[in-house]
Amino acid sequence: MRLTCPFCGPRDLREFTYRGDATLRRPDPDAANAASAFADYVYLRANPRGPHREHWYHAAGCRAWLVVERDTATHAIGRVALARNDQP
Amino acid sequence: MLALASGNAAGSRMRYSLFSLLREALNGQAGWPAAWRDALPRAHYDIVVIGGGGHGLSTAFYLAQEHGITNVAVLEKGWLGSGNIGRNTTIIRSNYGEPGNTPFYEHSMQLWEGLEQALNYNAMVSQRGVLNLYHTDGQRDAYARRGNAMRLHGIDAELLDRARVQELCPFLAFEDARFPVAGGLLQRRGGTARHDAVAWGYARAASTLGVDIIQNCEVTGFDIVQGRVRGVQTTRGPIAAGKVGMAVAGNTSHVAAMADLRLPIESHVLQAFVSEGIKPVIPNVVTFGAGHFYISQSDKGGLVFGGDIDGYNSYAQRGNLPTVEDVCESGMAMMPMLGRLRILRSWGGIMDMSMDGSPIIDRTPLEGLYLNAGWCYGGFKATPASGWCFAHLLATDRSHPVASAYRLDRFATGLVIDEKGAGAQPNLH
Ligand SMILES: Cc1cc2nc3c(=O)[nH]c(=O)nc-3n(C[C@H](O)[C@H](O)[C@H](O)COP(=O)(O)OP(=O)(O)OC[C@H]3O[C@@H](n4cnc5c(N)ncnc54)[C@H](O)[C@@H]3O)c2cc1C
Ligand SMILES: [Zn+2]
Repeated sequence: MRLTCPFCGPRDLREFTYRGDATLRRPDPDAANAASAFADYVYLRANPRGPHREHWYHAAGCRAWLVVERDTATHAIGRVALARNDQP
Repeated sequence: MLALASGNAAGSRMRYSLFSLLREALNGQAGWPAAWRDALPRAHYDIVVIGGGGHGLSTAFYLAQEHGITNVAVLEKGWLGSGNIGRNTTIIRSNYGEPGNTPFYEHSMQLWEGLEQALNYNAMVSQRGVLNLYHTDGQRDAYARRGNAMRLHGIDAELLDRARVQELCPFLAFEDARFPVAGGLLQRRGGTARHDAVAWGYARAASTLGVDIIQNCEVTGFDIVQGRVRGVQTTRGPIAAGKVGMAVAGNTSHVAAMADLRLPIESHVLQAFVSEGIKPVIPNVVTFGAGHFYISQSDKGGLVFGGDIDGYNSYAQRGNLPTVEDVCESGMAMMPMLGRLRILRSWGGIMDMSMDGSPIIDRTPLEGLYLNAGWCYGGFKATPASGWCFAHLLATDRSHPVASAYRLDRFATGLVIDEKGAGAQPNLH
């Protein structure tokens, strides 16, 4: 598997660190349901078979956090973008 | 495995024995019947088990054997044994240290010890011993603690010093500059079993008791009426059910999503490797303490080994090269003679990695739907007890005492069972 970093171009998998699902959003700690919202946020995952938006860190490269669209059934890589541009 | 489609009549079963072997030897091996019936789906079952892996098959067997419930179907989307049950490195052991785990895995070990008699099938259970190596004083203390916890539960454990490990496995890297072997924790009752024989043996025994094993039958949806599961939709038509049990390992989230459930599970690929066959050299199972690596030798002579998951969500049943390199480096650090061998084959399986590294055997919020999942990469050894406890839950609606910690709500209540912090990166871990 190779990821195409927006700064560094196509690079080998071993330069990257995986963090997981990029669609999760940290809940509001002051909300009335914060305890259950945090339990869901920390533990529950959609874990789809198919397209998945996920965070990768280019540790042995430019050190940027990336949002990668990857198909978990085929490992095909789609769009790669900087995570900092991915805020809701 | 050949099995003839023989409708739904209970199959006749030949009892395997020395006598049947001799008779068939004289008979040109022409009289062996199919080991189990490849059944056609019926319209309704008391219990439908989704997933014809080790856990689904053992669940069906114990439902019939222990609870007298035989109107049961096992639905398998591929062929029997095509999932992780036929892909694992076959290690069985009960050397766990957390209170929720220790009695469960020991129950499993005791079932392994009587399995071949219970199933009348040679699953090649081999109690050749599992040796976990330590390389530092801190690791030695941790293993002493784990060994003591095991012994307090009546489980065998021996802490070996360097000399005693050297007697057992002289080929290890005792003089390695970075990670010299300093000793190990040995569970002699641990070992290996023939993985696909476990699936076949459970299938045969369950089928003989009347369970329908239905292959090429993928569950594609649930029939939910007034908040209760009434059956499943499959590629071979709808099947009504009193209760539905899920035992689909790496596909757990995918199937659960059909019932709108979101689970504390990520699917990850784990690879395994086998070398060319050589004469007997490794007497037991050995695991590295300074990296993730485990190895044993199959009865055909190949060295069977593996290491870590690749580390990204995957349903692809194949991994990437960095993990191959990592596994081989760990192997070379532990037993340098490995470098003289060629790898013959490698493959991958999809693990249901739970967020605390421990399994779930519980009801779901949806009435009538029960969950068996989260086995990470240690579910082969659990096959007998997992089926035993899931059958108990399905039959009685109560958790079995040795599986009572495997609750689905433990992630919300904080009662997680974090045996080694190996969950799939819950991000506050
Ligand atoms: C490489 C590797 C090495 C391992 N090594 C060990 C080891 O040494 N020791 C150990 O204890 N454990 C080990 N494991 C883990 C162990 O193999 C698994 O935890 C265990 O086999 C999972 O349970 P199972 O046998 O029921 O799974 P599976 O055999 O995967 O069964 C699940 C079944 O569900 C079916 N299914 C999925 N979706 C559907 C659907 N929609 N409809 C119908 N059927 C469906 C699948 O086709 C599959 O056959 C290893 C796993 C791998 C991959
Ligand atoms: Zn980069």
